Order: sequence, then structure tokens, then C-alpha cells
Amino acid sequence: MAFNIYDFTPLTKSIHESLSASLSPTATLAIEWTIVGVVYLLFVAVFGLFLVYAERKVCAAFQQRLGPMRVGPWGLLQTIADFIKLLMKELITPKRADQFLYNLAPFIVIIVTFMAISVIPFAPGLVSFDFDIGVFFVTSVSSIGVIGVLLAGWSSNNKYSLIGAMRSGAQIVSYELSVGLSLIAMIIFAGTMQISGIVEGQRDLWFIFKGHVPAVIAFLVFVIAGTAETNRGPFDLAEAESELTAGFHTEYSGIKFAFFFLAEYINLFIVAAMATTVFLGGWMPLHFGDFEAFNSVMDLIPGLVWFFLKVFFVIFLMMWFKWTFPRLRVDQILNLEWKYLLPINLLNIILMTAVVLLGLHF
Amino acid sequence: MKSIIKYFGEIFGGFFTLITGMMVTARYFFTPWKNVTQQYPENRATLKIAERFRGEVVMPHNENNEHKCTGCGLCELSCPNGTIEIIPKSVVGEDGKKKRAIDQHIYHLGMCTFCNLCIRACPTGAIVMSQDFEHTVWDRSTLTKVLNKPGSKIMEGVKE
Repeated sequence: MAFNIYDFTPLTKSIHESLSASLSPTATLAIEWTIVGVVYLLFVAVFGLFLVYAERKVCAAFQQRLGPMRVGPWGLLQTIADFIKLLMKELITPKRADQFLYNLAPFIVIIVTFMAISVIPFAPGLVSFDFDIGVFFVTSVSSIGVIGVLLAGWSSNNKYSLIGAMRSGAQIVSYELSVGLSLIAMIIFAGTMQISGIVEGQRDLWFIFKGHVPAVIAFLVFVIAGTAETNRGPFDLAEAESELTAGFHTEYSGIKFAFFFLAEYINLFIVAAMATTVFLGGWMPLHFGDFEAFNSVMDLIPGLVWFFLKVFFVIFLMMWFKWTFPRLRVDQILNLEWKYLLPINLLNIILMTAVVLLGLHF
Repeated sequence: MKSIIKYFGEIFGGFFTLITGMMVTARYFFTPWKNVTQQYPENRATLKIAERFRGEVVMPHNENNEHKCTGCGLCELSCPNGTIEIIPKSVVGEDGKKKRAIDQHIYHLGMCTFCNLCIRACPTGAIVMSQDFEHTVWDRSTLTKVLNKPGSKIMEGVKE
């Protein structure tokens, strides 16, 4: 099998070697950490802004509109203008709000987002954090975010915020289960929790094709539960505009609101990236077993491009959900999780185990 | 057994309805040339306004500077918020009789709610709604308009 020519390992290796040639190991490590941190910050800021723009455009197209068209060509600079506006706005703290928790909450939410994004492999050799419980790490870290949401709702001293936060809490705690269980089904199939191992296991075929029926069921459940986890429509009752003004971030303004907003969109990216990595092969090009000619043609497209194509496919799917389906009621959301997704998921795990044990996969 | 069939029937039925909904929005998404948004200042030259659009009340005149208004005042009476003021005058006709005619048909655009009642009340069809919608002015007083042109008179054969 031809090795992917767009590997980032030589680049990172040469940076490491040139730094450690002239500096002490501690200084090298510090500089490398700084570089990685700055790269992630830039990525989150730019990609978050781009996702907001894409959401507005996609939403407009689904409603037969044009979306932002005035700021820059095709409105490309619209979200940058919005962001500058948010940066310049006053930071308001409500009367008798819990000052400390009120200021802490947006940081918890954004830090959790950064932690979850760190294990995602963008391309061969382009991952900052690859260890043997990668999938477990993502699911556990992403559920810390609900603490930030609950703190924001509680400390705002506002009934809408509190109701929104409580709804969000109930929702995320229940859907966490489905996300975890659908990932467990795929871990059974992959035989490893290490993300690089999962990607490597899809070298001959992506898991969603390899694992046929149970993998497709797991993918559908993951996308539904992932949409709910990011508090997006049709599961956006935590910030149901018509009932709760804006839910848990009603009282936030300026850069703190921007943190919540950015975290929401980067969480969308994380769910899409996890779906891509676990089901659609991550950065791995589309390979079919032993068709060498076809595989080598597919290898010509860089892994980074493959990764972002798949991520945008999943993101588009979730935007499609949001702008098609009406919002669910609280009881409907809990019914969907506990009466439908959870039993299906448990059955799916048994089915997946049988498939793996009997070797019925491709 | 029955409840199990119902359970799975609900799941597949639910998926079917969800996909039906998604097909509708997908049709909108992939036919962007059918978008309803108008890029207003750019498309001024090609703008098409619907026939029934109520822009403002105008009084059409023919090429001899003649209109159909008899000065009966029904439009003034029918207007719910006093947008129209009729200032009548009397003219002496060819047969020597005095006749009522309009001196000025005053229309306050700033007070108009575009309800169309005056047009429906007009017995001779002297006033109509135009499709012109660009009403922005620098001075509020320019919103008060005299609809009959100076020196105009009533068209031949228009009966009260």
C-alpha cells in the first residue's frame, strides 16, 4: 500500500529537531506548546467565524433566501464585522448575580471545547494529542461543558436563564448516554479507543461501509444525539427564542456572549469531526480493499482535504436538520432518548458484537 | 407483540416523515435560482411590482391635461384618517349653469395607511393607486401633494 504523500510528520519532526538543536528540552517544549496553542486559537476563531457564516448562508438557501450579501463579496466579511461589534460591546453583569460564577461560566465552556478539539486528527501527523483512550477522552470532556451552561444559567439571576440551563442539563445528560453507547458500538468494531488506531483501521474501507447495518444505525444515532448535545435545532429548547429569550446566555453580552457562541459552533465541528473520524475514516482517503489503481488515485487528494470534506458533509447534514425540523417539546426530547435511542443503541451493541464475533463484516 | 410492531412502525414512520420534510428543504436548497430575495438597489432597473401593490394615490391625467375628478368629495368622506382634502370651486358650464369642480385635491401621503377605501369610493375612477414606492423625502412638507395638475380640468363626458 502506497504511503500517503501528504504526511505532516516530517514537518513537525523538522520543527522539533531544529528547535532542540539550539535550545534546552524545557524551552523546546515551551515553544512547541505555544505554537500548538496559537494554532488552535487561530483555528477556532477563524473556523468558528466561518461556520457562523456558513450557517447563515445554508439557512438562507433552505428558506429560499440569499443570506448576508452586503459586507464583502457574497457577505464573506459579515461575521468578522459581527465579531468586531461583539468585541466592542459593554460587558454587563446583572444586579445581584453571582459575580464569580457568572464570569467563570463562559471560560469553562470554551476551555472544554479546546480540550475536546485537541485529540482530533486533521491529517496524517497533524494531531496534538494521541493516546490510548482518545474516544473516551472526548466523550468525558465534552460532558463537562454542561457545568458551564448550568453555572451560566444559575449565576445570571434570571428565571429564563435558569430554566434554559436546567433544560440544557437534562438534555445533555440524557443524550450523553446515546453518544457514548453509539461510540462503544464502534469501539467494539475497531478494537481500540486510540483515535489514530481507529483511523488506521479504516485504511481498506471506512467503518460505516465495513460494519454495514450496525455501523449505519450507530452513525444515525450518533448524529441525532450529537445534534442534541450541541444544543442545536431541533433540540434547541435550551435557548428556545420564543419561550426563553436566549436561554442560559440571555444575560451575557460582548466577548462573554461571543465565547458561548463560538463554543456552540466549535462543538458542532467537534461532533462532526468525531463522526468523521469514527465512521467516515477521518483523514483516510476512500479505499476499496485491493483495488490498487483506485486507491492510489484517491491517495492523490490530501488527507486534510478528505477530512474537511467529510466534516463539512456532516455539518451540512446537521444544518439540514436544524432548518427543516420544528423544535421538540421537553417531554418529547426525553421520550426520544429514553424510549427510542437508548433501547435501539443497546440492541445495536449486541448486534455489533455478534457481527464482530461471527466475522460478518467486510 | 402488537405493541412491538407499533413501536417499530413508529420508528420507521418517523424516519419516513423526517425524510419527507428534508426532501422539501433539499428542493429549496438545490434550486437557488428560485430564491425569493430581491437585491433592491441593484435591481431597480428590472424591478417588477405587482399590479395590486398600493404605492400612493395618484390622479391620472390625459394628454390634454384633463382628469376625471368631479369634486364630489366621496374620497374625503371615506378616508378613515383625514388624508384627503377636497377644495371645491364652481365653474360655469357651456349651458350657463354653475357646476361643482375641484380647485385642489390635497393628499397627505404622510398620513395615508394605503387602505384603498378612497379608490373604491370614487364613482368615476379618477384616483388610482400607483406602484411607485420610493417615498423618501428630505422635507416632511413635500409629503403633502396636490393631485390635480395646475390648469387641469374635467374630462368631457364624465358624469357625476
